[in-house]
Amino acid sequence: MEKKHTLSVLVENTPGALARIVGLFSGRGFNIDSLCVAETLDPTLSHLTLVTHGDDMIIEQIIKQLRRLIDVYKVVDVTEEGEFVEREMALIKVRAEKETRAEVLRMCDIFRCKVVDVSPKTYTVEVTGTESKIEAVIELLRPLGIKELVRTGLVAMRREKKTL
Amino acid sequence: MATKMTGAQIIVEALKREGVDIIFGYPGGAVIDIYDELYRTPEIKHVLVRHEQGATHAADGLARSTGKVGVCLVTSGPGATNTVTGIATAYMDSIPLVVLTGQVPTKLIGNDAFQEVDITGITRPCTKHNFLVKRVEDLAWTLKAAFHIARTGRPGPVLVDLPKDVQQAKTEFVWPEEIKLRSYNPVYEPHRKQVEKAYRLLEASTRPVLLVGGGVISSGAHEEVRELAELLHLPVTMTLMGLGGFPGTHEYSLGMLGMHGTYYANMAVANSDLIIAVGARFDDRVTGKVDAFAPMAKIVHIDIDPTSIQKNVRVDVPIVGDCKRALARLLEVIREVGRPAKLWKEQFKEWWEQIDIWKRRYPLSYKQDSEHIKPQFVIEKLYELTKGEAIVATEVGQNQMWTAQFYKFDRPRTLLSSGGLGTMGYGFPASIGAQMAHPDKLVLDIAGDGSIQMNIQEMATAMDQKLPIKVIILNNGYLGMVRQWQELFYDRRYSAVQFATIPDFVKLADAYGAVGLRATKPEEVEPVLKKALETNSLVLVDIHIAPEEGVFPMVPAGRATTEMILV
Repeated sequence: MEKKHTLSVLVENTPGALARIVGLFSGRGFNIDSLCVAETLDPTLSHLTLVTHGDDMIIEQIIKQLRRLIDVYKVVDVTEEGEFVEREMALIKVRAEKETRAEVLRMCDIFRCKVVDVSPKTYTVEVTGTESKIEAVIELLRPLGIKELVRTGLVAMRREKKTL
Repeated sequence: MATKMTGAQIIVEALKREGVDIIFGYPGGAVIDIYDELYRTPEIKHVLVRHEQGATHAADGLARSTGKVGVCLVTSGPGATNTVTGIATAYMDSIPLVVLTGQVPTKLIGNDAFQEVDITGITRPCTKHNFLVKRVEDLAWTLKAAFHIARTGRPGPVLVDLPKDVQQAKTEFVWPEEIKLRSYNPVYEPHRKQVEKAYRLLEASTRPVLLVGGGVISSGAHEEVRELAELLHLPVTMTLMGLGGFPGTHEYSLGMLGMHGTYYANMAVANSDLIIAVGARFDDRVTGKVDAFAPMAKIVHIDIDPTSIQKNVRVDVPIVGDCKRALARLLEVIREVGRPAKLWKEQFKEWWEQIDIWKRRYPLSYKQDSEHIKPQFVIEKLYELTKGEAIVATEVGQNQMWTAQFYKFDRPRTLLSSGGLGTMGYGFPASIGAQMAHPDKLVLDIAGDGSIQMNIQEMATAMDQKLPIKVIILNNGYLGMVRQWQELFYDRRYSAVQFATIPDFVKLADAYGAVGLRATKPEEVEPVLKKALETNSLVLVDIHIAPEEGVFPMVPAGRATTEMILV
């Protein structure tokens, strides 16, 4: 059965390392739904959060193939490791003219979004949350007129075990 | 302070420290500095080829026949792109190579400079790893790492791209004692519990098959395979890459399995209740239709590369580790339990009776012909005359399959063949690499009239080096394997499989200063082959075979391996 998986990948922070990972997915016909990359506390390593989907055998192959890359240090299937927090951020430039200006702010309030840029005819809204929250905000703002939308893709982290 | 060395000096010093004594290459602007160093380094024999693809295949042939890392050196741009087929060939068959490519000076990278190409980008999907060295200080470590990565774990080709200014810059030479990579630690030692599970499956089995792949050869596990088979009376079948991993003449050998495997090997696998696969990756040419592959069998899969396991077929007991060590551990468990040999023999008695029925029903065979030379007959004669002791390279196609079927390989590293990529033009340069590494051994290249023409320019290389290789051309005037598919599955529409012009191979041999021989009738085969084998020089033997002879048995692509077309 096809399922969405969030993978956490630690990789050497060297030129070409990201190309190897992306090339692996395109070359073997795997899917990348979203990808988020940045340096870690240790500047010699980069952290990737990669969302993909496939049946069990495909996900197993993806993880093994990633581990086979010489530059890949660690791969964790966050989805299979139990509880985890995931967040995505979106910047949404939404039309905000006389009749809708207050409505946009009301929505922002409900979803705890931030207005990060204002112009006479638009608000740019920053929203952070799970994928479903971001999608809900987009759906509600869409009728008001979204001029531009940028999403970061997902980042995820395992929850610390809460044993007493 | 130690004296400083140039990048080029470091490269040559690194090759010496890695024990490299033969390299294959072709010079150019971006590697002149390295060639200048080689000029002063008699310890390293440089073989000047005629095309860079030939250099990679020759290095590959050296690697396959010796187990060492093959090395080649080429220039930037076209020199580098010409190596790609050879690199991909080695990658698919897990052959350790280090490919050194020149690159334009670091300042010019990205400028579309003369003879610039992004070779690390191009070869990323077909190398085990590759490097672009941007600082001379990184050079020694990178070269040592390249050899380390190429030969350890599941071996493979590693490319090192060397900008010209890095070759010219100077630094102190620091040779690392060992290479430690936090992100690369192949697992050699198998999990004991998994090995015990495998043993329990063997004890419970009544119809087991031992499936030997190329991993047996690269890990040197052939003795353990034989010991296991003989101790337990196991039938053994081999993939193309596994031929020689278990003696082909052994009474327990079922020969090769798969698309052109023997009837009895495919029937045994299809009816087995346990497959112990060692260093094989269940390629589509082996499994046929995957859903119909060994439906009743539990599968134990030993491989050093976890990605090979559970990739194509469901595996019941995965064992990640070195084939040699895993089999050694399995043998330990067998001895510890100490079940009498008689019990094993009895356990598989009925199974062997069934296999013997299959063997008698459809042995490997062909119809002899008094008019036309049969290719299978040529291979049988070659086997007989060489007593099975030659190192045999093949090209790709019918010539390759007839060789795999009719030459019995008893020892590992004696068959050199492009199994995974199926590279026409591989065999001849590979035979050059093998003959360079084994000057006293008999080296053959079994070719077709199509594939020999793909790297025929290397005849000059073989002549340069005075290599007495025997090239046996099974000349049917067709691209025979494609023709066979067209005959069987495309209503004999022979589209683009016949060359209007085929060179006179005897004259061609003569033009290069080699010896050309020809056989056109069955009775000429033996004397001509004998003459070729007695000749101490490069020989091209042009054998005109039955033009429409096919390779059988054959499992049509995508069908179950039991649906064989027999002779």
